[in-house]
Amino acid sequence: MAEIWVHAEEDGGTIAPITLEILTKARSLGVEVVAVALGSAANHAEKLGEFGAARVLADAREDYTQFFALPAVDAFVALAQERKPLAILFGGTYDGRDIACRVAARLGVGMAAFASDITVEGESVKVEVPIWGGALIATKSFAAAGPHIVTFRAKAFAAEAAGSGAPQVEQVTPELSEGSKRVRILDRSVEESTGPKLEEAMVVVTGGRGMGGPENFPMLEELAGLLGGAVGATRAVVDAGWMPYSMQVGQTGKTVKPNVYIAAGVSGAMQHTVGMKGSKNIISINKDEEAPIFKLSDLGIVGDVHKVIPQITAAVKAKKG
Amino acid sequence: MFAVCGTSTFNRVRICVNVFVTVKQTPDLNVTPRLGDNHRVVREGVELVMDQADEYGVEEGLQLAEKTGGKVTVVSMGPEKANDAIRKALSMGAESGVLITDPGLAGSDALGTARALAAALKGRDWDIVICGTESYDGSTGMVPAQLAELLGVPHLSFAKKLEVEGTKVTVQRQTADGFVTIETETPVVVTVTGGLNEPRYPTLKGIMGAKSKTVDTVDLAALGLDAGQVGEGGSLVKVDGVAPAPERQAGEVITDEGQSGERVAAMLVELKVL
Ligand SMILES: Cc1cc2nc3c(=O)[nH]c(=O)nc-3n(C[C@H](O)[C@H](O)[C@H](O)COP(=O)(O)OP(=O)(O)OC[C@H]3O[C@@H](n4cnc5c(N)ncnc54)[C@H](O)[C@@H]3O)c2cc1C
Ligand SMILES: Nc1ncnc2c1ncn2[C@@H]1O[C@H](COP(=O)(O)O)[C@@H](O)[C@H]1O
Repeated sequence: MAEIWVHAEEDGGTIAPITLEILTKARSLGVEVVAVALGSAANHAEKLGEFGAARVLADAREDYTQFFALPAVDAFVALAQERKPLAILFGGTYDGRDIACRVAARLGVGMAAFASDITVEGESVKVEVPIWGGALIATKSFAAAGPHIVTFRAKAFAAEAAGSGAPQVEQVTPELSEGSKRVRILDRSVEESTGPKLEEAMVVVTGGRGMGGPENFPMLEELAGLLGGAVGATRAVVDAGWMPYSMQVGQTGKTVKPNVYIAAGVSGAMQHTVGMKGSKNIISINKDEEAPIFKLSDLGIVGDVHKVIPQITAAVKAKKG
Repeated sequence: MFAVCGTSTFNRVRICVNVFVTVKQTPDLNVTPRLGDNHRVVREGVELVMDQADEYGVEEGLQLAEKTGGKVTVVSMGPEKANDAIRKALSMGAESGVLITDPGLAGSDALGTARALAAALKGRDWDIVICGTESYDGSTGMVPAQLAELLGVPHLSFAKKLEVEGTKVTVQRQTADGFVTIETETPVVVTVTGGLNEPRYPTLKGIMGAKSKTVDTVDLAALGLDAGQVGEGGSLVKVDGVAPAPERQAGEVITDEGQSGERVAAMLVELKVL
């Protein structure tokens, strides 16, 4: 049976949701699913098994957490050259992208970025990739031998535990070159936020440039707080320095699929909507009745955010009593 | 790999940082892009500009070079028209340009593009290559990391802040919930995110001055690249087809007359959010 590897990413002391999503998909492909867990991810073999990894290649050495990206590249290349998996799947995260691109270049193999789906027939792998901000879907295949490298968009698949048994764990120690220890990780800085995480919130209230300035975002924070939700932002807003990058929703930001998405002063550019059009219900407020965001809204309100948001907040407070 | 420049007084030498900035010419942000029958972006009849992502790269390169007395060279791969993007960077203040153009390069995938860029950088004097995070039309953000790999140097990605002191390069790299500070030595490839600087507009003097600056044009033969490694033929990923994505249905659009707060609250109750 063909073997497909999944890069196990750790996030906040546990396996990242995107890894679980990809494992869930991988186990439906009729292949042997192998998770590659480097650094602290190696401590979570059980969880990887729960979501579909039949085997785990584990290497808990600290080099992976002390040095940036390059040790993982060395490890993937050495392991792949020796064992020749059909494909290696990565989350399209900051780290996943960096590692995947270099692995593909070093192996001289094809890579598809930000896929939303994958199919495998024998040795043939096909992927679907949203392009042009998700307006079009391209079907891509690989022209030469693998391992084929694929990164996936967040939330392309819903993560579900398989209820399978413990995976078979194999400790590996691929050779890490001295050169791979050239980029030192000095420290991590976390932007504190209250309430649920943007990617996990059931309600997201996003402000765009139409909010007028950072001084108007507390209005959105209050509304999000009342609804148990999180605040998001467009790239125009984060590039202007109004809000931190971690709040960006869209192609280069986060993908969200909440129950309710409220877009305030957001035009609805493709690169934004690709990150939110999977929301169950979309409510938008824009003073321009021609704004593209209305084309995908369940309820569109033509109006001024400075008037409409306080109205919504007041009505929500009244309903909550 | 670094050059010492200026007069050195005692042991205080100044190290100038020579920067190569990669720039790509892409369709104007304000037009909706079209794909042709061959699944490539239609460039005919479309206003082409220097990719917005690369404006930040050029600006960052210029600031670095100004601070250290180094030089900025821009390099672009594309049809001859890509010269316009190079000219724009020259009028912003870059010193010279390299245009990689050859019919055999059409249809290159990210790795093919990275191969051409890496070949063009070979033998040239650089400490830092600055790239944009992702281009408007490719948007895969693969070229910079693959270029770094082929050059055999580290890639400091998603930089929201870049500092260079002598040969030490420090970057604040964006993460999902903040940033991580990473550090290495030159030579290095850095990709910058939007918002780390305010790209300058070319001045009239800059535009006039750019006319006398040189752009070195190179083709596949000059790069010593084999046609099979680049272009459509060398592409390891094939596009089998392109179809429109399923679209959401538009719902109701109302005009606010003081009733929208109630309307939204009612909807939230119906959806069991309240
Ligand atoms: C490679 C690439 C990647 C990108 N990635 C992302 C991404 O991840 N996320 C993202 O968001 N963007 C992304 N973009 C940028 C995207 O193309 C848009 O530029 C951006 O989404 C626009 O943000 P905006 O809607 O806030 O601003 P604008 O487009 O300026 O829209 C502001 C809107 O507010 C409305 N408005 C103004 N005043 C009021 C008022 N008082 N009341 C009500 N409405 C008002 C206006 O009518 C307008 O529709 C990317 C672009 C590129 C090229
Ligand atoms: N043809 C090209 N010529 C020069 N630079 C390029 C080219 N393609 C990509 N780049 C660089 O790589 C960055 C990311 O592009 P991409 O990988 O296409 O998303 C761009 O912002 C450019 O800096």
